[in-house]
Parts: sequence; structure tokens; C-alpha cells
Amino acid sequence: MKIKAEFPLKAPYTDYIGVAVPRPDARRLLQGRGRYVDDIRLPRMAHVVFVRSPYAHARIVNIDVSQAAVSPGVIRVVSGSQVARVCRPWVGVLTHLKGLKSAPQHPLAIDRACWQGEAVAAVAAETRAQAEDAVQLVNIEWQELPAVTDPETALEPETPVIHPELGDNLAYQREVDTGDTEEAFARAYKIAEATFRTSRHTAVTLEPRSILADFNPAERQLTVYHSTQVPYMMQWILAKHFELPEVDVRVIAPDVGGGFGAKIHIYGDEMTTVALSLMLGRPVKFVADRLESFVTDFHARGHCVKARMAVSKAGDILGIEIDDLYGIGPYSGYPRGSANEAQQVINLVGGPYKNRVYRGRTRVVFQNKNMYGQYRAVGHPVACAVTEGLVDFGAAAIGMDPAEFRRRNYIPADAYPYTLVTGPVFEKLSQHEAHDKLLKLMNYAALRAEQAALRQRGIYRGIGLAAFVEMSNPSAATYGKGGASIAAQDGCTIKLTATGGITCAASINEIGQGAATIVAQIAASAVSVALDKVKVVIGDTEVTPYGGGNWGSRGTGIGGEAVLRAGKALRQNILTFVARLTETEASLLDIRHGKVVDAATGAERMTLEEVARTAYFRSDKVPPDFSPELAVTRHYAQKTYDGICTNGIQGCYLEVDVETGFVKLLRHWVVDDCGTVINPLLVDEQIRGAVVQGFGAALFEECIYSPEGQLSNGSLIDYLVPMAREMPDIEISHTSTPTATSELGAKGVGEAGTAGSPAAVMNAINDALKPFGARVMAQPFTPERILRALGKI
Amino acid sequence: MTPAQDTFDITLTVNGVSVSRRIAARQHLVDFLREELGLTGSHLGCEHGVCGACTVKVNGEIVRGCLMLALQADGASVETIEGLSESGAIADLQRAFHERNALQCGFCTPGMLIAAAELLECKPDATREEIRAHMAGNYCRCTGYQSIVEAVEVVCRGRVRQRA
Repeated sequence: MKIKAEFPLKAPYTDYIGVAVPRPDARRLLQGRGRYVDDIRLPRMAHVVFVRSPYAHARIVNIDVSQAAVSPGVIRVVSGSQVARVCRPWVGVLTHLKGLKSAPQHPLAIDRACWQGEAVAAVAAETRAQAEDAVQLVNIEWQELPAVTDPETALEPETPVIHPELGDNLAYQREVDTGDTEEAFARAYKIAEATFRTSRHTAVTLEPRSILADFNPAERQLTVYHSTQVPYMMQWILAKHFELPEVDVRVIAPDVGGGFGAKIHIYGDEMTTVALSLMLGRPVKFVADRLESFVTDFHARGHCVKARMAVSKAGDILGIEIDDLYGIGPYSGYPRGSANEAQQVINLVGGPYKNRVYRGRTRVVFQNKNMYGQYRAVGHPVACAVTEGLVDFGAAAIGMDPAEFRRRNYIPADAYPYTLVTGPVFEKLSQHEAHDKLLKLMNYAALRAEQAALRQRGIYRGIGLAAFVEMSNPSAATYGKGGASIAAQDGCTIKLTATGGITCAASINEIGQGAATIVAQIAASAVSVALDKVKVVIGDTEVTPYGGGNWGSRGTGIGGEAVLRAGKALRQNILTFVARLTETEASLLDIRHGKVVDAATGAERMTLEEVARTAYFRSDKVPPDFSPELAVTRHYAQKTYDGICTNGIQGCYLEVDVETGFVKLLRHWVVDDCGTVINPLLVDEQIRGAVVQGFGAALFEECIYSPEGQLSNGSLIDYLVPMAREMPDIEISHTSTPTATSELGAKGVGEAGTAGSPAAVMNAINDALKPFGARVMAQPFTPERILRALGKI
Repeated sequence: MTPAQDTFDITLTVNGVSVSRRIAARQHLVDFLREELGLTGSHLGCEHGVCGACTVKVNGEIVRGCLMLALQADGASVETIEGLSESGAIADLQRAFHERNALQCGFCTPGMLIAAAELLECKPDATREEIRAHMAGNYCRCTGYQSIVEAVEVVCRGRVRQRA
């Protein structure tokens, strides 16, 4: 597939835009020659392993490290108070989320552990095995405390308050009311009402969290190799909390084995690793094992949303009401807070539809469970499941086809830019076009006929639709405005090398999504050189311009635009230089395929190698008053909207075995609008991967806590993730509405698949169960839950 | 010292080269490959035999390198992604993965390739469903598996044509 961008890009900037180029940097990964943090070994490197709380909530009466300290190979054993002497605590609040509160959090628990898995002591040893041996010898005397583990009762007076100084367990609350919902529900022809639950789950990056901190006391330089999505955020945080000059902190993100939002947070064990390197003056490595990943990698998405929708006889949405509740960890996450899901859910319920009558409340409560926060498509899958679930129930209530019901309720195509009643502005969506395209792609009418025929034979298949919106290209409104030092802008330094090649140092990161390839494609297009002439350098705070890195579907939309601007500036500088050398006007010249040519005739004037060699080696030929600037830096931030909204729709076709409750995914279709597609090969498989992560949420994934706050399925044996066998083929198509806020026109794409697929699965299951009058609203839709809905168990 | 920390001398062939080391009884094969031999292409994703990132070949069979002790590989012939890459044995598979973007972060990829290589050897005429079933022991969080299945499928067809 080849999608050539037409608007707003114009030749000559489009050579590699929209072209399915395989990733040059994937070759090393295919040969086992990647370099992840755990692959790096430094001289005198120590390994750190953590003692973690076995209780959800417990007082630390005493820590006895005497045996551990003399265990073979042990270099140092530290507890919370020792680490606190070198690392300032943090509080995970954002000032623009009014009312968000949290308590100070230290790298290691001091006096009290607040979740099962919280690190309370650390052992550094010569080898990891020795550190693991010694961890067994740390004797801690615990006094168990009552644990707060049910969000529903977290605010009741008889429930203990986790941080008494905060007054209650309410971390954040927000309400929205357009004032007219009562009237809308009073005049409704039908009301669709349901309680939707999304399960608490987690990112499960295949590469666990990993960090190697190397403090060199001789020059007081801290170099950190970190599996992170956000090197500059880490640099800022490390400098701040360890009170080091920012220029002496270097963060390098080598190959990163998956992020999905799990690697944008501050983790106490990682901060302790840095602290130990500072204390010991030698490199210290921490690599989480899978069991500790489950109890420490941020969790997400554990919502309960009571929702209802008023529908007219003709099929119009008259009003929507929601009451959202979710439980986070014992602290709000740092530095991004744990309330962004609340924001996205309350803002985006009803998202793609024109209804403007809305009342919503969202509450975020503290729990004695693992930390909780941003994970791929933050809050969107919850908002989408609620909206699209209500839409299907509403359509069913009035006997209308769910596709038809959606189409008549979308925001009108001529209403953009469109301001939601909750605040966000949608620049421009393509809902009608995407909708029509999807129905054609999945052959909706024929599928309905097949479904009806099979039902006669006792085969229960379901068709589910889910229209989605997904915010991308975020402005400073998301974090910077709230006081978090997280960049919303990105930069690129581009340079002509001595042989006419191009190097790009960009502030976005490669975490597998193909950022480095995208940078190369845009740079090659902007300057007009062959792709193999472009070298990309990313993931190192010491060599790239300042930027935000990877979160919020922003890499291509923000970082890519910076590359385009840098490339265009270099192109112009080259032309100006050659014009001066050849005594002509720059406007009469052009660069085509690595050569400076006469724009009118295409006749070659100079190769880029000749340009570079003249500038670098034969400055005697350069006019004395002229300095060729063949390296330039440009930055870009999206400032027009809080974010640029993408849109699309997904269709799911599946079969429910009504005897066993098993769901078999048969086919899935996605129409996505991410504006300009730079590389369809990368975009399409990223959408598929995101859809499959949503399938995990819908069918398998749940962090199951006991009432005592014990995670009961914290291993890959017990926590199910999607594997190849259960996954269907997924067909992807696009509509294209480039954003006018940038020249590139690219919007985000990394999260949209995850936003929509759980809702599509839910609607398809409920469609399959329709003959039985059964419905499921609690993810994951396990065989047990489906059989319960069917009344079979 | 516990029995698990007792050390033993082992000699085995890794990627065609004979190596001898004194190792702890408790060291598993992938830690041995990564730490003793610097063969970091084999990855640790779960260390309990589920994710498949540590898949290597031992005497021609694929094994979970985290569920086998290095001691058990004494006298065996071990092949890792590094050896299979250098010999060109899976070059067609690597090319197909590359062309179809059948990897993103790449952490699962060495294990995926070695698992797929086994299918190519024993059942190159595998159907798409059989490919999915065979690859079901290798976890990938990034792709939707489809590009992996397609890459394996195209190489299967190529191998069948070669044999014909």
C-alpha cells in the first residue's frame, strides 16, 4: 500500500512521505545485535535487588540487615532513611488539576509500606545472584495495618484513611454539568442504562524496567542508561531530586523493549539504583524480574462507570450521564499524576457525537495497591467502552441498527473546529467518511445476513462497532501548564556531513514504533537525499536537542514536524550557499536526489558532497563575508489546541460458544484517520498491535487483588496476555484529514487501536448474546462472566 | 555454600565453537549465554517459561533457555540468534520479518525467529492457522502478530517451492 500525502505537503518534500520503507535499524534487532540496558556491562558494575513489602499496608517495626550485609559479594544494604538522605521525596500532583492531592513519596518506604511490592530495602552486590541471596537474609519485623482495597468503599467513614494528613482517600474529583440533563432524561423515549467496568491491568512490556546508573565521583558526572520513553524528563527529575547540576546528568535510552506508557513514570526502585551509584561511586544496575514487574509497573484502567443515555424515538442522543470511580495506588504517580484517566474519561464520553447535554462526575481514590497511572491510550478505552456500549444499548432500545444510529448522531462534518461541552476542541474529524468506509470494508450487510443464517443453526456470532476519538500531538496544557517539567516541544539538529550525507539528532525516541525511520524519511524528503544517506541519532540528552520524547501519540506529529522544519532550513542554507558560490539566486536552484540543480532545467550544478567539501575543506573558495551554515536546529510545539484529535471506527466479528463461554475473534477491521501517513508499513502494524492490546483488556487481562491487597495473578502464567493463536487477522484502512497546525499534517496513531478495540469486542459479544437477552459490561469478558450472563452458572 | 552455588566444569559447543567454563549449578542456560559468553541476543522476558524471548536451540531442538540449567547443556550443541544470523541459516526469515515490519521493539524477535525456524524445518507447508498455533508460545506486545504470521507464511511458501 502506498499513500502519498497530497495536502499540506508539496513537492519537493514528499519523496519518502507515505512510502512503506522497512526500518533500517530493525536489522540489528533481527540479528540479536540490539543493545538493551541489560546488555550493557560496565567495569565495577554492581547489581541491586530489592526487598519488597509482602503486605498491602504494614508498619516497618525493624529492619535487620546484619546477616545480609555479610553475605558473599554484598557491597551495601540500604533502607529507606539512608536513601532519603541523598534523594528528595516527590509529590505526584499537577497544579492545573485542581484538587489533585498526594503525599510525599520516597524511593524506598520509610516506617510504612503502602502496597504489596513496594521496595523497602535494597542490596547491592557483585552479582545479581549474590544480591538475590542476600535479600533473603534481610529480616524485617512487620506490623500489618488494615488495607484499603475497594474503591467503592474507599470514601466511607469507616474506611481507614491511607494518608491521615490528606483528610480522606479522595485523590481527585471533577464534575461537569451542562444543566439540562434532567429535562433530557424526562423527555426521553428510551433510556439506556448500564454499569461498565474496565479491569485494572498493566503494560507488560516484554523488556522489564531496566536502569544502569553510573556516577563518576571524579567529575561528579551521572550517566544513566535507562529503558525509558522520556530521557529529558528523567534528566530533569534526577537532577532535581539528587540535587545535581542538570548539565552533569546524562540520560541515554538505548534500545527500549516496549514502553506503552509504563516507562514514563518515576519508580522508587529505579531512583534507589541511582542513589546507590551515587553512594558507591560505581555503576549499579537494576533489571526488574517479571514477578516484581507485575507488582510495581504502573497499573491502569480499573474503572467502574455508572452511565445512562437518553434517546429519542427517532434515534437521537438527547443526553448522557456518567459517574466514574477508580482506585489508584497509595500515592498519585509522579511526575504526571494519576488523574489523567479521569480527565480523559469525563472529557471524552460521548466524544464522536453531537449531543451537548451532559452531566458527569469522576472520582479518583487512593488504594493500598500498586501505583497507577498513564498506560497506552490513557482513559480513552474507558470512555469509548462507555459511549459505544450506551450507543448500542440505545439503538437496541429503539430497534435501530447500531450503524445507522451512530451515523445520524456523529458531529456534523461542517461543524469543525468543534468544542466539546467538556472543554477540548476537535480540529477536524472524518467520522462519516470513516464510518462508510468501514461498513464497506467489513461488508456489513452481508455479515448481518451471515449472522442471521448461522443463528438459525445455533451458531452465535456478533458484530460490534466502536467509533473512537483519540487525542494526540498534545500541547503544554497536558503537563507543562500543571508545573511538570515535561516538554511538549521537540527538536531536531540536522547536519550535512563531509560526503554529502545527513545526520539528524532528534529528541523523540525509538521504542520500536519506528521513530528513527520516520525521522529519516522526513529528513530525506525535506533535503531531497536518498534515505540511506541519512543517519539518525536519538535517545541521548547529551547529543540531541531538548524535547518531550514519547508519550501521548506525539512522536511523528510533534517531533516529525521539527525534523521537517530543520530539513527545510538546511535545504535553504545549502541553496543560499551554492547560489553565492555560483553567483546566482537561490530561488533559481533546487535540490533533487542529492544534487543541487538548476530549478528550471534540472541541469546539475553541484553534488551535495561537493557542497560539503567546499564548505568544510576549501573555505578558501568561500567568499570572505559568507559563512555556510550546514547544520541547523529547529523546534516545534503544537500550540493551537490542547491536543489534536484523531478519529476512526473499528468493527469486530466474533463467535461466542454459549456452552463454554469462550469467545473466538474471527475478523477485525479498523478505519483510522491519523492525517498524513509517513510510513504505512509502520502505521498499520502499530494499529494492529494497539488493537491487540485492547483485545487483551477485553478478553484476558486483569490484575486480581484479594481483599487483603495481595495481587493473586502476578505472573505471566496467571495473567493472560494475547498470543498469536487467539488473534484474528486485522484489516486496516485510512481516511486522511491532515492537521492544519503543522506543515507535515501528521497526527498520532500509536494509541487509537487500543482506544477502540475493547468496545468493539464488547458490542460484538453482546450482539452475539442478543437472542438470550444476556449482556456483559465488565471487562475482561471471561468465559465465566459470559456464562454468568447467560445464567448457566 | 548451598548446593545451588556449587560449581561444575562444563564443555559445550555454542554456535559451532567449543567453550569450557566453570559455572554455578543454579545458573540457567540464558544467563550463561548472556553473562559468560556475552551472547546478549537471547533475552529474558519472564524467567518462568512463558514468553519465549529466551528461545535457543539445543541439539537441534528449541528450548526455553530460562528453564534449562547451563549444567544440563554440558556436552550439548547450542545455537543462538547470533550463530543462526552469522551462518545465514535464517536469512530468508530475517528478510521477511524486516520487509513486513514483523517486529517493533525487537525484544521478542530472536525467540520468534528461532521458533519460526523450527516450523520451517519440520512443517514448511503449515497453514496460517498452524503458523499461529506454532508461534503461540512466543509473546509479542508490540505487533498484532499478523505481520509475524505473514512473514513466516511467505518464507514457508518459499521453502516449499525450493523443495519442489
